[in-house]
Amino acid sequence: MSEEPLVKIRGIKLEGRSDETWSPIINGVDLTLARGEVLGLIGESGAGKSTLGLAAMGYTRDGVRISEGTVEFDGIDLLSASAATKRDLLGKRIAYVAQSAAASFNPAHKLIDQHIEGPVQHGVNDRSASEEDGIELYRKLRLPNPEEIGFRYPHQVSGGQLQRAMTAMAMSCRPDLIIFDEPTTALDVTTQIEVLASIRDIVEQYNTAAIYITHDLAVVAQMADRIKVLLKGDEVETADTRTMLSAPTQEYTKSLWAVRSFERPQKPAVATGAVPVISVQNVDAAYGKVPVLYDVSFDMHSGRTVAVVGESGSGKSTTARCITGLLPPTAGQIMLDGEALPPDYRKRSKDQLRQVQMIYQMADTALNPRMSIGQIIARPVQFYLGLTGAEKRKRVDALLEQIELEPTEYYNRLPSELSGGQKQRIGIARALAAEPKFIICDEVTSALDQLVAEGILRLLARLQDQLSLSYMFITHDLATVKAIADEVVVMKDGRVIEQGQKDEMFRPPHHAYTDLLLSSVPEMDPDWLTNLLAERGVDNIGDAAVDKM
Amino acid sequence: MGNVLTIILQRLALGALTLLIVSIVIFVAVNLLPGDFAQNILGQGATPDAVASIRRDLGLDQPPLTRYFDWLGGVLQGDLGTSFAQANFASFTGTDSGATTVAAQIAPRFANTMFLAMVTAIIAVPLSITLGVLAALYRNSVFDRAANITTLSSISSPEFFLAYILILFLAVLNPILPSLSNIYEGMAFSERLQKSLLPALTLTLVVTAHMMRMTRAAIINLLASPYIEMARLKGLSPMRVIVKHALPNALAPIINVIALNLAYLITGVVVVEVVFVYPGIGQLFVDSVKIRDIPVVQACCLIFATAYILLNLTADIMSILSNPRLRHPK
Repeated sequence: MSEEPLVKIRGIKLEGRSDETWSPIINGVDLTLARGEVLGLIGESGAGKSTLGLAAMGYTRDGVRISEGTVEFDGIDLLSASAATKRDLLGKRIAYVAQSAAASFNPAHKLIDQHIEGPVQHGVNDRSASEEDGIELYRKLRLPNPEEIGFRYPHQVSGGQLQRAMTAMAMSCRPDLIIFDEPTTALDVTTQIEVLASIRDIVEQYNTAAIYITHDLAVVAQMADRIKVLLKGDEVETADTRTMLSAPTQEYTKSLWAVRSFERPQKPAVATGAVPVISVQNVDAAYGKVPVLYDVSFDMHSGRTVAVVGESGSGKSTTARCITGLLPPTAGQIMLDGEALPPDYRKRSKDQLRQVQMIYQMADTALNPRMSIGQIIARPVQFYLGLTGAEKRKRVDALLEQIELEPTEYYNRLPSELSGGQKQRIGIARALAAEPKFIICDEVTSALDQLVAEGILRLLARLQDQLSLSYMFITHDLATVKAIADEVVVMKDGRVIEQGQKDEMFRPPHHAYTDLLLSSVPEMDPDWLTNLLAERGVDNIGDAAVDKM
Repeated sequence: MGNVLTIILQRLALGALTLLIVSIVIFVAVNLLPGDFAQNILGQGATPDAVASIRRDLGLDQPPLTRYFDWLGGVLQGDLGTSFAQANFASFTGTDSGATTVAAQIAPRFANTMFLAMVTAIIAVPLSITLGVLAALYRNSVFDRAANITTLSSISSPEFFLAYILILFLAVLNPILPSLSNIYEGMAFSERLQKSLLPALTLTLVVTAHMMRMTRAAIINLLASPYIEMARLKGLSPMRVIVKHALPNALAPIINVIALNLAYLITGVVVVEVVFVYPGIGQLFVDSVKIRDIPVVQACCLIFATAYILLNLTADIMSILSNPRLRHPK
């Protein structure tokens, strides 16, 4: 290893354009990366992680500019280098792995054609040699059918496989540096663990340096030698992974570490004979002719939270659609307070509709951007409760106070003038406005940063205690389940495979699938992934393990 | 692929239905024209008897519904009817040259129109796509602006004006090309091509702007996609990023605009035909409307409608085929 670092960024400042003004994104950060070293870059959304990661490649997105500082790669000044010089480095010596592999592979070309483009265009290898090498990399990244998978189009390959194919593509010229930009954020936990293991292996094997960008502390703990924490464009601190985890020096870092502390105690079991608020009874459902739910049954009681967990495609959201009546079940029924609800929402009475409300994952798209906060909340108040004029205003103000937003300040604002967490609060207020007994929370915290998400969970818990609400909490994040659930329902392939009290669920023995889910959630221990792989073997994690069930 | 085949069959069926509705519209519209052939040919001093006799001969005294179904039945059997004017001329002179059917009258004209449309398309389509790609590549540069201004001014000018400018520069000042396009049957291909070149160039100026601007817009629209960013971060040249990564995904809207412009080349080139005395179907159509030669007018309308429907159908199918999700289902 030579003494000269591979990447040397000094005092870099980046600005982003909004309307006609430039506002700072990164305010003078230094970054040094040695050959073969993996640096974790963490922070909340808006901290400037991706912008900094791209700047290390000498690249800025449209509407972003570097206003000060230097970026050197292996002694080459990337900021003054010509476009041709940079093109020669990109792909060949510096590669990039993007967050969404599905969006970052060109839908019009086969994987292998995109894979060999780098080596062929950069003159590293000819076509057939690159293809062979591609298949070899697919094999090393443990993709199924390495000989054939490259000849498929991106839409024919699953998300976790695409993410590994993209890592293979980044490796195609054996670069000195790879920027990983949240490569596993969009994946299910069982898929994530497989991708993490593959990435870590291959980076070690070729002694590639990497900048690993993520907001997930437990993930970065597995991947990085050193961690740099960013907050709103400033560096908070940098230290090697173990030191950072065991002895963070800054308050902000400590608060990040402490986030996962919120946990509601288990409530005592429901008295036998109590009538559930919502009871899902032997529900089957189908999209067209494709069956998606099979014999789903569980109860939800007043003042309690049922967490429905499972991976994408397991039928969680479809169950919610059946309960709301958007998708009438093909068999079975939904009971409200012991009475059967009409399967189709159009046949339900206004009062029945009022009792079942929803909060959505993407608060951004669930709020009408042209309506003010006051109008958004007032609509269900007027529609369900028939309040008008001053009474309506009074009720909206009370609701805003309940979600801890000052009515006079927020009543006339538009959704675009709120932060992500505030928008989600408006979503909650809108659901509360109908005065329901039962609320479906569909991944309500998964688009939010951890600190903000925790605030939302605390708010939901408090509202539940005050109003005896019953929640159905759809999530794939087991930390959230631990924090808020009373009962847990585990779904897989449209079936309920396990259900019970939270503390039972988190205590062995589990159903094999629940066990796999639980064991796939990364922990803050930097040795977690190594230990898990040693314990289970590389063929017994992730999708491979799921397929064996 | 079964999936795609079903879609294509559905579109074909819809196209046939559209054509049927269009045939009704054509028939009704043509019948709403004031005056008829008999009155027109006999002039103002015609006796009612003479008018009635010609009407009887041509079947114009039948109720509209009967006439429509007669016509439709004929069309379905491939018989477009008999041209009033030619029939009349033949009965006048006592010579039946065999050219009295509408089909015989339209066929050579239609072939000429198709020839001109094809020559124009071969020049205009590659030119517009290349210009569009270059404009997207060098967007907001001097080249981009020049290409935009040139194509927009040419589309904004009347066609005859463009035609006369081209004649002035390419036929009068520099006599490279003939200004008259009087082509006829049996002409050698090279001569035919040379004579058609000026009208084809005029039409190219008319249709390039749309296609070029759509190509440019469709490509630029995709430049913010993650896969374009990825292509750039792989160190590919800007040209390769656009041609290999953006263009294949931008094809659907481009194909649709090309289809619309090709349809225009078949149906809307009367003015250019007149300027260059090009014997195409447009002139025939206008002449037939003037003398109320209803069978010819109806047949022309039907051909125009078919051209539009078929070209749009082709565009739809090609857009579908340009989508790998439909070509290669999971």
